[in-house]
Amino acid sequence: MKELSELNLPEDVRYTKDHEWARRKGETFQIGITDFAQDQLGDIVFVELPEPGDTFQSGDEFGTVESVKAVSELFMPLSGEVATVNAALEDSPELVNNAPYTDGWMLEIAASDPSEFDEMMDRGAYLEMLKGSQE
Amino acid sequence: MKETVGTRGLILNEPFLWERGRRGRSGYSLPRRDVEPVPLPKDLAGEGPDFPDLSEVEVVRHYTRLSTWNYGVDSGMYPLGSCTMKYNPKTNERQASLPGFAGAHPLVPSELCQGALQLIYELEHYLAHVAGLEAATVQPSAGAQGELTGMLIFSAYHRDRGKPRTKILIPDTAHGTNPASAALCGFKAVPVETGPDGVLLPAAVEALMDDDTAGIMVTNPNTLGLFETHIQAIAAIVHAKDGLVYADGANMNAVMGVVDFGRAGVDVLHINLHKTFSTPHGGGGPGSGPVCVGKRLEPFLPAPRVVKTGEGYMLSEDFPQSIGKLHAFYGNFGIMVRAYSYILSMGPKLKDVSQHAVLNANYIKELLKDVYHLPFDVPCMHECVFTDKFLEKHKVTTLDVAKRLIDYGFHPPTIYFPLVVHGAIMIEPTESESKETIDQFVATMRAIAREAQEDPALLQQAPHKPKVRRMDETAAARKPCLRG
Amino acid sequence: MRYLSHTPEDLAAMLQVVGVKDLEELFRTIPEDCRRTAPLDLPEMTEWELNDHMARLADRMVSWADYKTFAGAGSYHHYIPEVTRYLLSRSEFVTAYTPYQPEISQGTLQGIFEYQTLVCRLLGMDVANASLYDGAMAVAEALLMAIRIGRRKKTVAVSTLVNPYYRKVVETYLAPTEFKVVWLPYRPDGTTDLSGLGAIEDLAGVAVQSPNFFGGIEDLAAAGKTIHDRDAIFITCFSEPLAYGILKAPGALDADIVCGEGQSLGIPQSFGGPGLGVFAAKQQYVRNLPGRLVGQTVDADGKRGFVLTLSTREQHIRREKATSNICSNQSLCAMAAGMYMAALGGTGFRELAQLNHDKAEYLKSALQAAGLEIPFASATFNEFVVKFPAGFDQKWQALLQRKILAGIPMVCYYPELADHYLLCVTETRSKDDMDALVKEVLA
Repeated sequence: MKELSELNLPEDVRYTKDHEWARRKGETFQIGITDFAQDQLGDIVFVELPEPGDTFQSGDEFGTVESVKAVSELFMPLSGEVATVNAALEDSPELVNNAPYTDGWMLEIAASDPSEFDEMMDRGAYLEMLKGSQE
Repeated sequence: MKETVGTRGLILNEPFLWERGRRGRSGYSLPRRDVEPVPLPKDLAGEGPDFPDLSEVEVVRHYTRLSTWNYGVDSGMYPLGSCTMKYNPKTNERQASLPGFAGAHPLVPSELCQGALQLIYELEHYLAHVAGLEAATVQPSAGAQGELTGMLIFSAYHRDRGKPRTKILIPDTAHGTNPASAALCGFKAVPVETGPDGVLLPAAVEALMDDDTAGIMVTNPNTLGLFETHIQAIAAIVHAKDGLVYADGANMNAVMGVVDFGRAGVDVLHINLHKTFSTPHGGGGPGSGPVCVGKRLEPFLPAPRVVKTGEGYMLSEDFPQSIGKLHAFYGNFGIMVRAYSYILSMGPKLKDVSQHAVLNANYIKELLKDVYHLPFDVPCMHECVFTDKFLEKHKVTTLDVAKRLIDYGFHPPTIYFPLVVHGAIMIEPTESESKETIDQFVATMRAIAREAQEDPALLQQAPHKPKVRRMDETAAARKPCLRG
Repeated sequence: MRYLSHTPEDLAAMLQVVGVKDLEELFRTIPEDCRRTAPLDLPEMTEWELNDHMARLADRMVSWADYKTFAGAGSYHHYIPEVTRYLLSRSEFVTAYTPYQPEISQGTLQGIFEYQTLVCRLLGMDVANASLYDGAMAVAEALLMAIRIGRRKKTVAVSTLVNPYYRKVVETYLAPTEFKVVWLPYRPDGTTDLSGLGAIEDLAGVAVQSPNFFGGIEDLAAAGKTIHDRDAIFITCFSEPLAYGILKAPGALDADIVCGEGQSLGIPQSFGGPGLGVFAAKQQYVRNLPGRLVGQTVDADGKRGFVLTLSTREQHIRREKATSNICSNQSLCAMAAGMYMAALGGTGFRELAQLNHDKAEYLKSALQAAGLEIPFASATFNEFVVKFPAGFDQKWQALLQRKILAGIPMVCYYPELADHYLLCVTETRSKDDMDALVKEVLA
């Protein structure tokens, strides 16, 4: 398990309390899980994702991520319709462990209310939250 | 420790069945052909299976070698919490293989299977008696199916009362089969938090119990090895709103001859014959999960049931309120024969079984609590729970301790369960172990605690001595290869 | 008592360490009002008394040892080679726990991996699990799996030629759910009538048994096409797997799930249990499978080994969202089946299946030649239905007195089939037995 100081926390994404991140990409938002989440889960063996066209409200469960001995639910940071899903994760779930913010992205959505993104935590707030929960 | 139980040994490799054999070999004596061959219609005929052809010697060597890679109760101690890995008596095997039982077709008329019907009837009676309840069914094939039976009975009871209910209260220490069985029945599992002393508190149940809750599923003794001391008060709260109390009897080995589940307020209880009643685990099954009930729930038991008549016994389907059928026939009869034989062999000494089981667990608890963290330092029942807290500073985990025990010749205890205890190590010695074996186990656990300090890498890379080392479970799950 | 080892000295020493004065004090946390008010009232026997008692009970049983049985209906008498009985009795297989610690369970794990493989090869499927409880529960689980795969579809269809006991278990499993079962009728030739499928909305899956309860071999190729045209999961089931020694495998006929009872594969009848729930499916559905799965992998030294895998489907991790509540399986029975299939080999399995078929055909022809009616025209494997003259029941009872079990009466399962009996012939019945039966029936 990494120490907080070892965690990768990029500036160009925003964070949720359930350890998902979102990144604005033009008209859509890219979504994945944070370095803290993948480190806690250990080796990821399977990622269950929705289909393009599925719609969600912010906070809805949109899928699961599995390690050998555990399953964690994934919660949508923003409301909207799924535009694309990262097909590479089917054969290579380890991308989420190795590159959680780049090649390990999970899906892209067309946000129905982009202002929700501005309400998400920035890097500093997320780090504070992590420090708080470790006490 | 000079000489440990575990040692090196010459274990032989053995390939897959299909890596052996040669076309035309046989390990089977084909019965005499005394009729003419008749071809099948062409559109239905197939090639037959691509199985290897092996000689009898090849078959015997194959499975004999495979067996030497296994540890069993006959090899040594299995301190697996909540599994009750007690000794499997050999006379039980003899009784189950009597031709009258082993060769019996289940659909012969009652007059021609009186022996089996009497056995089923008496076994149900004995199990209900031990439980302190009034009726029983031996139809469920395993504990989980017994739980499903219980949930179906809950469902039927409430429908019969005119008001189906949607929720079940389940403690956070429950075995995973509890919420899974409830969900199969369409119930929503509502978690109940265990109190700080490791037992359920009536107030927690009271806060959650309502008119839409069918009842509660409790394990008693619970998975922390503690008797749920407030069970009567909890049952009263549930009954006050016309709910039912289900007890998961997986841990019954602690309380035979002591506890009366009927008096404790339990309405439905399942028992695991492959735990408490000595039937063998067989590498994962078959088991058997009989269910005992109080009188008012008897009409809901699965059918058919064995009933006594003037002349003997018969199977009756005349139970209009029965929840239905869970097994094609009557349950795992061969397992019932073994459990029945065990009960007849022990008689009232089933109480001694529980007393020794509880003594052995408390003895281990006292002798290890200075080297392993004991989250609940209270009298335990037949199992005790430790954690890896004292080993954290050496970066040694519960898993490492478990794997190192293997090198010493012991099967590891149950680990990482119950979920409410972080890094749980659940030890259930059972009544089968002698004082010397238990002392050896205690000495081994103490030696491992020392190794954690002096040479953590030894534990982190354990086991070193069995045929294979730690398996790559990640690869097995990422790229499953489930057949050859 | 020989299963308890503590002497009075052992007890005294241990009680002292625990800090209690006697065994009763160990239970001090148990409230008085939860306790038994009377001691256990149970018989207690020596090993010798137990032997006598059980011998007396077993004597009051009819078994194949002394009766000529021509009965199947879900429980089959096949010869079990002594070698498999012997190997199965090895205590490392019998007394081992579930292989959660793979390093010391490789015997069970490789054995079950081999069983999974042989089942796949027998049924023509991609993946098989480590067994379910029995054929009946396997069919119920298959339907629940079809519903999971179908996501929003809530209806399943099941042929009335599926074993009536399996159908009862299906009803029991589906009763508390929101899902509906539609029962499919049968045609005059003794096979399933799928013509009504088009009218069923919301269809998640369809289950057909082959050979069916009448012994008839279903046209699975046609069934598969009809079912897939409705975008439903095609489930085939069986109670006699030996049939696949000579029949086309369901996997070759595009079955999505194949399940059934494996008792015929080297497991004693034992008054109906323990049996063996065989369960196999197409690769694409692997994460939806119920039950345990053994997978191949490597250890830290790169050596081949086996583990239980894809455990996140199961109850101990997924809890209420698990694919099934199952924990224990029929592991030792699956090992027995693996040993049986190994002993027979591919050649032996095919020959034994052909022998079963041919013997049953002999009896069928002999009964027909003697003027008895074979009401269903479909091809059969080792079971078939005979319509005896009205009032045959009396003769059937008389035959029982003469130690002949002439089939299973069907009227209790199919009220329209009075005087119909389901006969079964396996390799255990000789030509002489069959000639004698025909003679007795006509007498």
